[in-house]
Amino acid sequence: MIGLSHYLIVSALLFSIGLVGVLRRRNLLMLFFATEVMLNAVNIAFAAISHYYNDLTGQMFAFFVIAIAASEVAVGLGILIVLYKKQGSLDLDELTTMKG
Amino acid sequence: MYEQIAFYLFSVLTVILFLITVMSKNVLYAMTSLASGMVLISGFFFILGADFLGVVQLIVYVGAVMALYSFAMMFFDATREVKEKNTNSALVFILGGMSALVLVLMFAAPIFSEKIQALYPMHPEAGNAQDVGIVLFTKYLIPFEVAAVMLLVAMIAGIILAGKKMDQSFTQDMSVDEEILTQKDVK
Repeated sequence: MIGLSHYLIVSALLFSIGLVGVLRRRNLLMLFFATEVMLNAVNIAFAAISHYYNDLTGQMFAFFVIAIAASEVAVGLGILIVLYKKQGSLDLDELTTMKG
Repeated sequence: MYEQIAFYLFSVLTVILFLITVMSKNVLYAMTSLASGMVLISGFFFILGADFLGVVQLIVYVGAVMALYSFAMMFFDATREVKEKNTNSALVFILGGMSALVLVLMFAAPIFSEKIQALYPMHPEAGNAQDVGIVLFTKYLIPFEVAAVMLLVAMIAGIILAGKKMDQSFTQDMSVDEEILTQKDVK
């Protein structure tokens, strides 16, 4: 029988994969992909808790997480396009313009 | 039985696909594996009985967000492999592995949950979409409206940020064009 712990463990593994991606990526577009992985992992945990405690609040929060992720992608990709026009690359190491 | 087969299949496949997303050097491979992993995550939602959430995941993530990413990928040079300096990747993997271990130990511990009561209980006879609609439009109406305003703001911001100077092409190399033009002039 699949219990709540199974879903939470899968969610934790996916979240850690996203965390590794956020830590090791230097390209900004790839960094966005890693944040999407983390948001999806959290959504699995919300849906699983909602199912096993017979409560709809978890699904509600998952909906709002999806809405926030969609708006984050829209604004973030606009910023990335402006940055690419200005700098010619999406590398995080080349954006250290405030070095004294 | 079928639930177990589906759960293990989906979990193994999503872990592998998201590992490809995180590790791949090619933007196209990373984006494709991310999209297919999101489809499989909607499969998790269907197993868990959150039908409406699964459909929203398919429409919003796989439909809208991945289409946005693929359009953005066309602006950037996606065929080239991403060169990344990984100075201390061992440290990154140790940190990620340790956080994974801690999270798994936390979640594998038994949960004593007699005190947890359902705030908005489900009604299996009504169906998931009706339940979600009733709760969303009564108890969560103000967050819903705020999310709508936030999406409007994000749309306007995206248009203003990305829409400036869209007539210029900035992915293709301008020097190549000039070389071709000068070669034509020589001929």
